[in-house]
Amino acid sequence: MEIIKDGHIVANDWRHLSDDEILPEQAITVSLPRWKSEKDRLLACGVPLGLRLNSDDSLEEVADEIKHFSIIVLEFRHFTDGRSFSLARLLRDRYGFDGELRARGDFIRDQMFFLSRVGVNAFEPAGSVSLQELLPALQEFTVKYQAAADVKEPLYRRSR
Amino acid sequence: MYQYDNYDQTLVHERVAQFRGQTERFLKGELSEDQFRPLRLMNGLYIQKHAPMLRIAVPYGLLSSRQLRMLAHIARKYDKGYGHFTTRQNIQFNWPKLEDVPDVLSELATVEMHAIQTSGNCIRNVTSDHLAGVGGDELEDPRPYCEIIRQWSTLHPEFSFLPRKFKIAVNGAAKDRAATQVHDIGLQLVKNDRGETGFEVLVGGGLGRTPIIGVTIRPFLEKKHLLSYLEAILRVYNRFGRRDNKFKARIKILVKELGKEKFAEMVEAEWAEIKDGLLLNLEEIERIKAFFQPPPYEALTDEALLAEKTAQDIQFGAWFRHNTLPHKMPGYRIVVLSLKTHGKPPGDLSESQMDAVADLADRYGFGEIRVTHAQNLVLPDVKQADLHELWQRLESLELSTPNIGTATDIICCPGLDFCSLANATSISVANGIQRIFDDLDYLYDLGDIRINVSGCMNGCGHHTVGHIGILGVDKKGEEWYQITLGGSSGKDAALGERLGPSVAKDQVSRAVEAIFQTYRELRLEDEAFLETVRRIGIRPFQERVYGNH
Repeated sequence: MEIIKDGHIVANDWRHLSDDEILPEQAITVSLPRWKSEKDRLLACGVPLGLRLNSDDSLEEVADEIKHFSIIVLEFRHFTDGRSFSLARLLRDRYGFDGELRARGDFIRDQMFFLSRVGVNAFEPAGSVSLQELLPALQEFTVKYQAAADVKEPLYRRSR
Repeated sequence: MYQYDNYDQTLVHERVAQFRGQTERFLKGELSEDQFRPLRLMNGLYIQKHAPMLRIAVPYGLLSSRQLRMLAHIARKYDKGYGHFTTRQNIQFNWPKLEDVPDVLSELATVEMHAIQTSGNCIRNVTSDHLAGVGGDELEDPRPYCEIIRQWSTLHPEFSFLPRKFKIAVNGAAKDRAATQVHDIGLQLVKNDRGETGFEVLVGGGLGRTPIIGVTIRPFLEKKHLLSYLEAILRVYNRFGRRDNKFKARIKILVKELGKEKFAEMVEAEWAEIKDGLLLNLEEIERIKAFFQPPPYEALTDEALLAEKTAQDIQFGAWFRHNTLPHKMPGYRIVVLSLKTHGKPPGDLSESQMDAVADLADRYGFGEIRVTHAQNLVLPDVKQADLHELWQRLESLELSTPNIGTATDIICCPGLDFCSLANATSISVANGIQRIFDDLDYLYDLGDIRINVSGCMNGCGHHTVGHIGILGVDKKGEEWYQITLGGSSGKDAALGERLGPSVAKDQVSRAVEAIFQTYRELRLEDEAFLETVRRIGIRPFQERVYGNH
């Protein structure tokens, strides 16, 4: 399976482990409940770890632990739920997460520009979507009024 | 007026291109209706009863004559020759074809206009005082801050998929003509005890099915913190606002459920984290302020002959008294164009009227027109010496009904005639009330009365804050109307109290007339309608309206 990462189509090298699956010997992402209940075991098994966050998960609970993760996956259960946009922003700007931040699930093409602005750098859409056709969505706008995770100053301080 | 630079212009063009792509994908079946809906809404496009409805942003109600001519062109080419001004100072077209909308937007972009965020669960067009800069009762001109907020909120990457729509209003005057207390965020320019100007921040106001008056969460916010504070409020709302029930998703419900103190505490905590990283520097405020400098007024004195003219010509006199306002500059006057001609849909303007008003704005002013919250238009800078001539021209355009602020200057939504959400018609009800007044003396005797009509509880006609509010409801397939009394959206903001059971459509005018009669009998000398209602309560009105049944 492939995903979009940093503007390119690349292989997905992460396995999203469900809560009842046994631990494989490969890079995995786990849900927040699984992380909370199996923290020590997960850290001990020595494979690269990632965390999956739902839009209503409490980010503050794991803010001190994000150093353990090379990837954080923002799960989109429905594209109209915009909470993950704030989670992304907080992960990047407040908690200094610099690993892969991936949107996964039911987001839509037209959100990708916004997502890239709040700090998401990888996209794993649900269903059979042509990744090639999604790529231009990242560049639909060249003008960015606001400071966000991608540009630290508002437009008026950057270039007006 | 603000002028686009390359960045603003590029963004609008890019948005048109994006929307063209979205529309094409929808028409080809690549986007489902569910997927297309939030996208088209964020561009002001509703699917209505007869055709799509396109809502175009008029940022804080300011239009140039060039822009108004473009709206006239669009009304002619893509619509049925008219447009409807809304309570949030925007304009709606009711008959465009879906496949034409990208072209409409493309034409609008050539005059620095767009439909960005005029609908959908995002930060909507910011609204303000229609007398900003000319009214003379303001602490500071709110428009530069509106423009700063417009840019900040346009395609905000974090706040484009909020729990629900989000409306911001800014007011700089002593009088609140922007209804700031019934907005998700209301910003009132105030002075602190050190004499500095900043903002009082209100949150959680709103109309619709759960009308609530906003509460102050910060009595004074320094200007440099404007955007960081807005961002803190929006982030708290985006994260914690309810998403389980569309009818409980506005910020007012979050504020109510958490309590004002807890909500304020969460905002302050969020703000403390970001305030120093998102400062609005004074240079930027000054840069934007430069666009709103006063136009080149002539050094005039007040017109000596004006009093004589208004006394000689009774009709001109009535128009002068009701439809013009004092201007801060000597020799000038603010003119309100009434879009409440009796018998016409309130807030509507035809394409030929649009062209004519644009010409008048050039001839009797500096080419600027404002849209009011009460769905009228304003020519802000008319020389007093030109008033009589302008009045005659407005007479021939049917834009001079001398009724501003009176009982026939009715705020009214499009209602069942156009809107697929509506339960009942509103335009014909408004027209029915206007028909009570074949005699203007009767109208003037009643003085200032704000009547608001909404065709459903979503409340686009702001019925809950009308001195008299009329709400259309559906009763077993019939149109009935609930009446409320005592509402206001001004400084003394209040929600109207329900008078009693709803009345049948053919009884609305009779009920309203009974309310007028009660007022006439019970008012004290010079007491305005709202004051009487507040003094005596609704009971005497109830008795008169329902007593004879």
